[in-house]
Amino acid sequence: MNKTLEQLEKEFQDRIDAGENIEAKNWMPEKYRKTHIRQISQHAHSEIVGMLPEGNWVSRAPSLRRKVALLAKVQDEAGHGLYLYSAAETLGISRDELFEQLNSGKAKYSSIFNYPTLSWADIGAVGWLVDGAAIINQVMLTRTSYGPYARAMVRICKEESFHQRQGYEITMKLAQGTEVQKQMAQDSLNRWWWPSLMMFGPRDEESTHTELSMKWKIKRKSNDELRQQFIDQTVPQAEFLGLTIPDKDLKWNEERGHYDFGPIDWDEFWNVVKGNGPCNKERLNARNKAWDEGQWVREAAMAHAEKKKFKSLKKAI
Amino acid sequence: MAELNKENLYQYLLQLGDNVMILGHRLSELCGHGPSLETDIALTNISLDLFGQTRSYFQYAASIKGDDSTEDKIAFLRFPNEYRNTILVEQPNTDFAYVITRQFLFDQYHLLLLEKLVDSSDETIAAIANKSIKEVSYHVRFSSEWMKRLGDGTEESNAKIQEALNYLYPYAGELLKTSPIEELAAGAGYGIDPDILTDSYYQNVNQVLEEATIKIPEGKWSHSGGKNGIHSEHLGFILSDLQYMQRTYPDMAW
Ligand SMILES: [Fe+2]
Ligand SMILES: [Fe+2]
Repeated sequence: MNKTLEQLEKEFQDRIDAGENIEAKNWMPEKYRKTHIRQISQHAHSEIVGMLPEGNWVSRAPSLRRKVALLAKVQDEAGHGLYLYSAAETLGISRDELFEQLNSGKAKYSSIFNYPTLSWADIGAVGWLVDGAAIINQVMLTRTSYGPYARAMVRICKEESFHQRQGYEITMKLAQGTEVQKQMAQDSLNRWWWPSLMMFGPRDEESTHTELSMKWKIKRKSNDELRQQFIDQTVPQAEFLGLTIPDKDLKWNEERGHYDFGPIDWDEFWNVVKGNGPCNKERLNARNKAWDEGQWVREAAMAHAEKKKFKSLKKAI
Repeated sequence: MAELNKENLYQYLLQLGDNVMILGHRLSELCGHGPSLETDIALTNISLDLFGQTRSYFQYAASIKGDDSTEDKIAFLRFPNEYRNTILVEQPNTDFAYVITRQFLFDQYHLLLLEKLVDSSDETIAAIANKSIKEVSYHVRFSSEWMKRLGDGTEESNAKIQEALNYLYPYAGELLKTSPIEELAAGAGYGIDPDILTDSYYQNVNQVLEEATIKIPEGKWSHSGGKNGIHSEHLGFILSDLQYMQRTYPDMAW
């Protein structure tokens, strides 16, 4: 006897409430599938676009040791992209379709990567702040309800915390260096602090996805809670380095047990989301260029594989 | 005599290190821009291997040089005519066919070189060669497979790989042309005269090209000069990138 839609939906939600994972072969509401394709692919795109601002400094890294570490880090991000695209593919969409959505500008990726990396210190700041903020989101996602996504997150989180330590260490070296290096680090913190806070998304009262996301355990904490967690964890790290967070309203609130902080410029946030950030066009152009110029290579690889298959088939006959 | 030998050993290490560093640099420029995620990751892996080898050679060179020499001073603070790499590895990432062909022509030489250097009279060189040989065997497989894929793939890919080979083939000869530094190194037993690799090199290269249905360019003439510090115009731009931080912010720790 066929189950009714209501029964299926109830069983599905019961599973989630019981803390069980949903797997690709399980029944799921169409909205759940669509939401996950959107979120996982956005996440994958962020990893891939995120390679660009950091890759930008590989050829200019100040020492061989730093160069190798940065190159390995950017490569990790490509790996993250790969796991995540594979997770999205389990929901019935192809990697080509996902790339097409990214390249056409239809799909979103984390806006933080539309900011430029202008100095070596930015490589430190990106690791420390951007990977740092990403981890807070991602640790939460290791317990999300969709199995393939949660498992990809477990692998990714390990590497992200390594990236964050590496970024902090780059910044520390600058903070302990010459006057010029300290200024470089401070200038970088000044530029990356606010965009990092924006990574957690709009304020709770303006966030549209939160309720369903909570129900499906895509989110277990709200944007504002996560943002606060990031600030509370990062302020002492900046103090330890002797760097100043560019927020004159920032101060410890004994009663709340949290740092109070100044207003975020949400106009800037929405502008960057809409495509007006400093590097939106460059990032998309770079992705499109790589994709278009790779077209003949992918075709050749496919044609060669076909011919080989045909040859071995002929041999077998 | 001992002094002369020490200086030549240092120069020989520079040559070994510069080839892998400059090629590693070219590959690192592609990180994030590859034709697919898988090839992006694979090319970055090769770049990482090459930089790892660079560090081994330069750390050893710094210890030979003594004083306050370091791997980074050697990598970043020489004048252009003090770099000893061949001109092949400076050639730009014109397109994926050029990237693969450059890699293929170098890898085939690199593996033969390392197979000899494992018997170097210098223990450190032998150890570096020993460690690198596994990595480079993989590089040879990777670039040879891609030569075949592109040669045998589509009409377009065949035309592109043929064009790249026609352009880069005249740069391969320099790998095998004996420089004064190599002559001394071979005489002393810690290095080899690359001329002895010539037959195996062209045999291995041609075998892959034939399988890939790529025509072997005619003519034996070859560019040279890199090993003696006379480079192509490309090196200056590579060094502007490579040396940027060390030149702009001298004497700082990173
Ligand atoms: Fe990542
Ligand atoms: Fe990361």
